[in-house]
Amino acid sequence: MKATRRLASFLGPYRFWVILAPLMMVVEVAMDLLQPRLIQRIIDDGIGNQDQGIVLRTGALMIVLALIGMVAGVFCGVFAIKAAQGFGADLRWSLFSKIQTLSFGNLDRLETGSLITRLTTDVTQLTDAVAMMLRIMVRAPLLLVGSLIMGAITSPKLALIFFVLLPVILTAIGFVFGKAFPLFKAVQARLDRINAVMQENLAGVRVVKAFARHEHEVRRFGKANDDLRDTTLTAVKTIVTVMPVMMFTVNLGIVGALYFGGRMVIDHNLEVGQLLAFINYLTQSLFALMMVSMVTVRFTRAEASAERVNEVLDSTPDIVQPVSPARDFAPRGRVEFQNVTFRYDKDAEPVLKDVSFVAEAGSVLAILGTTGSGKSSLIGLIPRFYDVDEGRILIDDVDVREIDEAKLRQTVAIALQESILFSGTIRDNIRFGRPDATDDEVIRAARMAQADSFIRDLDGGYDATVGQRGVNLSGGQKQRLAIARALLNRAEILILDDSTSAVDVATEGKIQEALATIQQTCIIVAQRISAVVNADRILVLDDGRVIAEGTHEELLEHSPVYQEIYESQVESGVAYGAA
Amino acid sequence: MAQHRGGPHARFGAEKVRARDTRATVGRLWGYLRHQKLGLIAAGILVVMSTAMQLAGPFLMGKAIDKAIIPGDMGMLAKFIFAMIGVYVGASILTWIQAVVMAGVAQRTVHSLRTDLFAKMQKLPLKFFDQRPHGDTMSRLTNDVETISQILTESTTQIISSVLTAVGVVILMLILQPVLALVSIVSLIGMSFGVNRFISNRTREGFRAQQKNLGTLNGIIEETITGQRVVKAYHQEAQKLDAFADANTELRTASTRAQTFAGIVGPIMNFVNNFAIAMTAGAGGALVVMGSTSVGTVGAFLTYTRQMSQPVNQIAQLYNQLQSALAGAERVFEMLDEEPEIDAEASDRVAISRGDVIFDDVSFSYDGTKPILSHVSLHAKPGQLVALVGPTGAGKTTVVNLLTRFYEIDSGAILIDGVDIRSIRKSELRRELGIVLQDSFLFAGPVMENIRYGRLDATDEEVHAAARVANADAFIRHLPEGYDTELTERGGNISQGQRQLLSIARAVLADPEILILDEATSNVDTRTEKHIQQAMRRLMEGRTSFVIAHRLSTIREADQILVINHGEIVERGTHAELLEQGGFYARLHNSQFKGGDEEIAKMEEQGQIKEQQLVAAREE
Repeated sequence: MKATRRLASFLGPYRFWVILAPLMMVVEVAMDLLQPRLIQRIIDDGIGNQDQGIVLRTGALMIVLALIGMVAGVFCGVFAIKAAQGFGADLRWSLFSKIQTLSFGNLDRLETGSLITRLTTDVTQLTDAVAMMLRIMVRAPLLLVGSLIMGAITSPKLALIFFVLLPVILTAIGFVFGKAFPLFKAVQARLDRINAVMQENLAGVRVVKAFARHEHEVRRFGKANDDLRDTTLTAVKTIVTVMPVMMFTVNLGIVGALYFGGRMVIDHNLEVGQLLAFINYLTQSLFALMMVSMVTVRFTRAEASAERVNEVLDSTPDIVQPVSPARDFAPRGRVEFQNVTFRYDKDAEPVLKDVSFVAEAGSVLAILGTTGSGKSSLIGLIPRFYDVDEGRILIDDVDVREIDEAKLRQTVAIALQESILFSGTIRDNIRFGRPDATDDEVIRAARMAQADSFIRDLDGGYDATVGQRGVNLSGGQKQRLAIARALLNRAEILILDDSTSAVDVATEGKIQEALATIQQTCIIVAQRISAVVNADRILVLDDGRVIAEGTHEELLEHSPVYQEIYESQVESGVAYGAA
Repeated sequence: MAQHRGGPHARFGAEKVRARDTRATVGRLWGYLRHQKLGLIAAGILVVMSTAMQLAGPFLMGKAIDKAIIPGDMGMLAKFIFAMIGVYVGASILTWIQAVVMAGVAQRTVHSLRTDLFAKMQKLPLKFFDQRPHGDTMSRLTNDVETISQILTESTTQIISSVLTAVGVVILMLILQPVLALVSIVSLIGMSFGVNRFISNRTREGFRAQQKNLGTLNGIIEETITGQRVVKAYHQEAQKLDAFADANTELRTASTRAQTFAGIVGPIMNFVNNFAIAMTAGAGGALVVMGSTSVGTVGAFLTYTRQMSQPVNQIAQLYNQLQSALAGAERVFEMLDEEPEIDAEASDRVAISRGDVIFDDVSFSYDGTKPILSHVSLHAKPGQLVALVGPTGAGKTTVVNLLTRFYEIDSGAILIDGVDIRSIRKSELRRELGIVLQDSFLFAGPVMENIRYGRLDATDEEVHAAARVANADAFIRHLPEGYDTELTERGGNISQGQRQLLSIARAVLADPEILILDEATSNVDTRTEKHIQQAMRRLMEGRTSFVIAHRLSTIREADQILVINHGEIVERGTHAELLEQGGFYARLHNSQFKGGDEEIAKMEEQGQIKEQQLVAAREE
């Protein structure tokens, strides 16, 4: 229960309810516990003395007490739910905002699908557990202890039976749960697995259909599903032994009470009513025990969830804000790499090796290289998606690690390779980085990105809704929206990460022309020569190293690699025509 | 794909009116349980027996008090005691067996529900997935099935034994003392029903709202986390937090409401129990005083009332929990009720052997109103290379979507080797269609398995060979564990270009009759592009190929170029023919490949074509 306990701090704001709910429960249980005593009075004093008055008065009292118990119980329920739901919502919020602070490296490690499960299923489990903890976990022990005490008061001698029963029951429960705990953990793992299969199938639905792999997928799922069923069955089979064992033990107690109590009655040491009351208390304690065992099963699952939730809450962002950010940082847009080496994992090969270059403020720098040469890694270092391992990156002579994060992200606008759109209108997507941008600004950015005309062709124009994941737009359209989004940001440094790969050459040319008119420093990552010819400076990257640097003409003259790329593209007619 | 599907009117039909018939939902859940007939019957018999034994206990106890304890007969008491022990041992054993049997029934039921749901998911048309937030679908598959599973696992037995116990107790009480029985039954069961009627209507609505809000929140979470990198890059964490906060609060409100109603059932039922016991005790006392019953009977009655209150209480509790399961079940069945992809019963023969493709007057629209393709006819002869060219949104991808039957045509016919594709099973159809999609999706798992997805029975050597053809072999061997390297979710640990190479390898391995390439190489860097071109050429050799083309070399080589604009084929012919024609294609070609900017400017001046139409075949 360690992981669960750690989350207790989330109940802090609901302290009031958390304290009140059990108090109310105490009242309810107390009322319940008084009932058998009152029944005893009816039998011994009322029936025994043939006194109708006592019978009726005691009956009325029982009903009043029951009413009080109910009111207390209802309040307990309301308070407990308030606390639990508040806890759940806060926990979900904390997780979500924690994820917002995590850096790219963290996100790479915690996978998307798993993060989603943690935020939903796991939090729900925990919320339910809290609600149960505040009610049943209070009620059951109280009822158990209360019944024992009341039983002892009713007949101290008979109460000795408790001392025989309790160790037996507790041992049995302890034994079964000791076995069941790990089993239920295994169930949770299988459940995760099956969710992962479903998530993946959903994400890859087009491929599954294209290759007509339904049966294969159903088989794959079937395995996970069978596994889940079998594991759950093992766990459930173990846990269901608790109930009959408990029932039997308590019933044995009742039989014992009847036997010994019966003898006492015969010897005139006990009233019949007392005997019945005692048996009543025994029955009540049985129910309490059943409740405890049922709830414990749920707690096993909550514990597994808590561990997974804690893992997210405990992850520390790889990228830390500077303690004392550089003051008066007024960027103009000069970017300098000084001997930068970078790797994604400590043990891995560096993806960038000793990279140095300068992009002057207002200039256009293009980075050309093959797949996997490190282009995307390089530009990801500028807005500090990741931190360098060696060397440093300067923006206007200030190390990026010394710039305030918000300020840095304002300074650098980036259109990522994968153009991700959010559901909402086209307008909202373009002004994602600057929600307060005016319509004119949005349109101007869209025009520069050559997106205005196709947007106007959409039903609803700028107010057209983008479906989830932008399914209703083509790759080129999405890329142009991403460029517009980056342009609108008015950042001093604009980075386009291969963001015109799905745009035709003519349009690409126009985008380049538009870019040439802006004052910003522009870093363009590309695979097509047509995208880089007009750049002030071109870096050719190969296997993490800068192997050539210069203008198009210079490189064409001096760099064999560049020449090779150029030729291959002209030959296949891909690219160069429009330039 | 589906370029012009945007806009608020693009939803496919109105959302189905939700079946709110609880009885129907319960009936269908029962339909799943029914498959476990043997288990259910066994459990039923066991429950009846164990419940009977469980009930015999208090009965014997009452008799023991009256016949042995009060008369002071020790010998008699001992007999009763032995009888009771026997009964309780039997009850416990039977309860245990029954619980094990029922656990099996419950798990197998959920298992088949999951299987059906997943199998259904495989049969749903693409538009289902395009139309809905994945997060919500996931929520149905996970959260909603989980609620059902929990109820079935934890409660089916309880419900049965509770009902039986209640019934048994009622019968025994009626035998023992009819007057007292009526008092007890009316006060307990009557009130319980009243309370439940009042509350359950509220909880049902509440749980429905809860599950729905959970689905919505899931959608937001999924979208945000998937796009987390963009959120960070633009420093818009605050904006996303706002959206999340709203949905989070809504879920909290809905849950609080539903759970509160469900939660107060307990204490209210507890009151009902105590009330019933008080009534029984009072009435019993009066009857004893009047001499019409014995103390032992009253004692047994009190135990019975408590014993009955337990199942009635449980039924009430479970009934409300059931509401949350039903809300989940409704959403699950809603998905099971979705129209599946239409498929042919069985193909009478292996229909595709040559790859002769005919579109005969095909019309199509995604939403039934806005036509995407109108009256398109084309004929691709076996082995031909057909290039589809045209501006964004013209309908090129739609042609592909229809050929693969991702979507169904509205009118006309598509024939492959003279057979209407609607009479071919989709699995067979798609087996002969090699498709390289825009976004190369990879599964978590080894590289080897990802390529083998193209043909499941391929040997390792065949996979290697396919990878070599797709020029993927070299980079794969450079990965830490070569072909055994585990790819992470969505293939995040290799570059986009490499992902593309893998998906090409997959298509190579599939060895289809007809090839469809949808911008497959746009993300592959230019150095390997040349090799890929070669590989593709080799692959296309002898196969009918449709290429959404953007490479001049491809277009030049095409046996026919179809120029698509506004959903119609505006021109067709070879590269040379079309250039000579000097029409739309020629302009497109000039703007794109010879394209002086003056040229474009000139054309714009002339106002001959809209700017958008200039947008080239390179994109889609």
